[in-house]
Amino acid sequence: MKILVCIKQVPQKDAPLKLNAAGTWIHEDVSYEVNEPDAYALEEALRQKEKHGGEVVVLTAGPARAQQVLREALAKGADRAIHLEDEKFVQLDSANTARAIHAAIAQESFDLIVTGLQSDDFGAAQTGVLLAEILGIPHATIIIGIEKTDTGLRLKRELEAGHYQHIETTMPALLTIQSGINKLRYATLIGIKQAKMKPVRKVTWADVESKISPNLQQIVRLYVPEKQKRTEMMEGPAPEVARKVVDYLRTAARVI
Amino acid sequence: MAFKFKGVDFIGFDALLSSDELMARDTARQFIEDNLIPIIEECNREGRFPRELIKPMGALGFFGANLEGYGCAGMSNVEYGLVTQEFERGDSGLRSFVSVQSALVMYPIYTFGSDEQKDYWLPQLATGEKLGCFGLTEPDFGSNPGGMRTRAVKSGDEYILNGEKMWITSGTLADVAVIWAKVEDEDGLVRGFLVETDRPGFTAYDVHGKWSLRASVTSGLSLQDVRIPAKNLLPLTGGLKSPLMCLNQARYGISWGAIGAAMSCYDTALQYSLLRKQFREQPIASHQLVQEKLTWMISEITKAQLLALQVGRLKDSGKVGHEHISMAKRNNVWMALECARMARDILGGNGITDDYPIMRHMMNLESVKTYEGTHDIHTLIIGQSVTGVPAY
Repeated sequence: MKILVCIKQVPQKDAPLKLNAAGTWIHEDVSYEVNEPDAYALEEALRQKEKHGGEVVVLTAGPARAQQVLREALAKGADRAIHLEDEKFVQLDSANTARAIHAAIAQESFDLIVTGLQSDDFGAAQTGVLLAEILGIPHATIIIGIEKTDTGLRLKRELEAGHYQHIETTMPALLTIQSGINKLRYATLIGIKQAKMKPVRKVTWADVESKISPNLQQIVRLYVPEKQKRTEMMEGPAPEVARKVVDYLRTAARVI
Repeated sequence: MAFKFKGVDFIGFDALLSSDELMARDTARQFIEDNLIPIIEECNREGRFPRELIKPMGALGFFGANLEGYGCAGMSNVEYGLVTQEFERGDSGLRSFVSVQSALVMYPIYTFGSDEQKDYWLPQLATGEKLGCFGLTEPDFGSNPGGMRTRAVKSGDEYILNGEKMWITSGTLADVAVIWAKVEDEDGLVRGFLVETDRPGFTAYDVHGKWSLRASVTSGLSLQDVRIPAKNLLPLTGGLKSPLMCLNQARYGISWGAIGAAMSCYDTALQYSLLRKQFREQPIASHQLVQEKLTWMISEITKAQLLALQVGRLKDSGKVGHEHISMAKRNNVWMALECARMARDILGGNGITDDYPIMRHMMNLESVKTYEGTHDIHTLIIGQSVTGVPAY
């Protein structure tokens, strides 16, 4: 099975974020890490390869710093990497990111493409499904179980309220993976050394520019949620206060 | 309740590290966070070495990580140091175990061993299938190993070993002991021998009642007419310089390890000081005397990082002197012990319980200050280096 894993480098979960002067994105002087659901997608791809053989290719789009997530994936056992390397990739919306990835893998054919169900920074959950659409292959989201069958894949999807859905698909297919589907492996120290020898193909902005359109989505303004402290003290005898509380919950808060 | 470790980097130290160095550190950090931190207080309390971590550590390549070939990862010395830092951030006892396996057992076999010895032992030691210990110190000879009484006598195609070794990490766990002895037929020259621990006449017993390194095994070894084949001699050993070369490896690792213990104490004290409120409902972090302690700690940790890194870079380029390693070991362990004491002070009464890692680090570091060349012996090594006059 030839598997592509799309990985994004995102700011570390507990990084202190500061907004840029224009209020359109964050200051980039933070630490970065692998987008969590993408780490699970990689782990799942490595497990499928261990079971069924084949190749695991990892891909990311972002500036030079983003190469770190590819190196980590190679250290964990991915065979090679594709890096769409340019600062400008960070600002693309989901549709354009999908187009750029599509252009970068035009010469390849994968049996399976996996990625995290969404990114921890933008959280759009669109890039994967849009890439499937452009490729004209079936996709399924929020996957928590993958089993290869004679005709394709049997999948388990997570629905809301503790419900699951079992579906089947042919291959090639694209799946977006839920965090926690498996137990992540560590990069071994030997793996870290071997990662250096593995090929990383660079794709420049110019290589894919012709496939990119103006962004359909734009960040107009980012802001830190403003604290609105509204505490109302109710005083008096308990039965009277209780009546006031019920009245408040009914008419003002409208929760009962 | 202990706090989740947030890492310590005041001056953008990480920017001095390569991506491989960061990855090696992060792998070790995550491994320790997931596997050691949840059990270490129980291990320390029970005086239990976490044997269950041996195989996973071997699988990730933590044993002999800076050796080439034989299933070893071939890490640089800086990468190896960063891994050691993360282990000791968890616990000095577990780090001691890894140091002994790597620097005091695998390194001498790698450096002084025959091809047969290397081919047989190194792959099994790298995976943790076999464990080793290092027997240099004796009950009466610590800082002055040249006075050792252990003797090897050649008898046909065998050596017969007699002697007592003390303060031996992993002694009762080991499958093989690297024993240093004076060879009678060679004018008392100190040489190293590989002694399988199941040989008749070899016994190991544990030291009980330790208030330090409780999560690692410390033993005494007794050799009474232990016969080993002559081929168990480490052929390239010759004189006290050989074991001291091993100690240099281990001391280098300790200079990084101590930073890890200090980081754990500092990070705990910092997070605690921001939560603990006293006087006017203000966190104690707002008190000048608390800030002075935190400032001291972060300054010393930062200086220690730079010292260890430079010594590591010298080691990687083959330019390190043993006096450089002495300075890093001496300074960084002292600094870590001071950090542990200040951090304990900031936590007040909470600092003495094992709800927090501080007292454990403090007790561990008392051993670390003494082993692998005491603080005072390193003072004399540096003193001799700058004056040219030995003052032992």
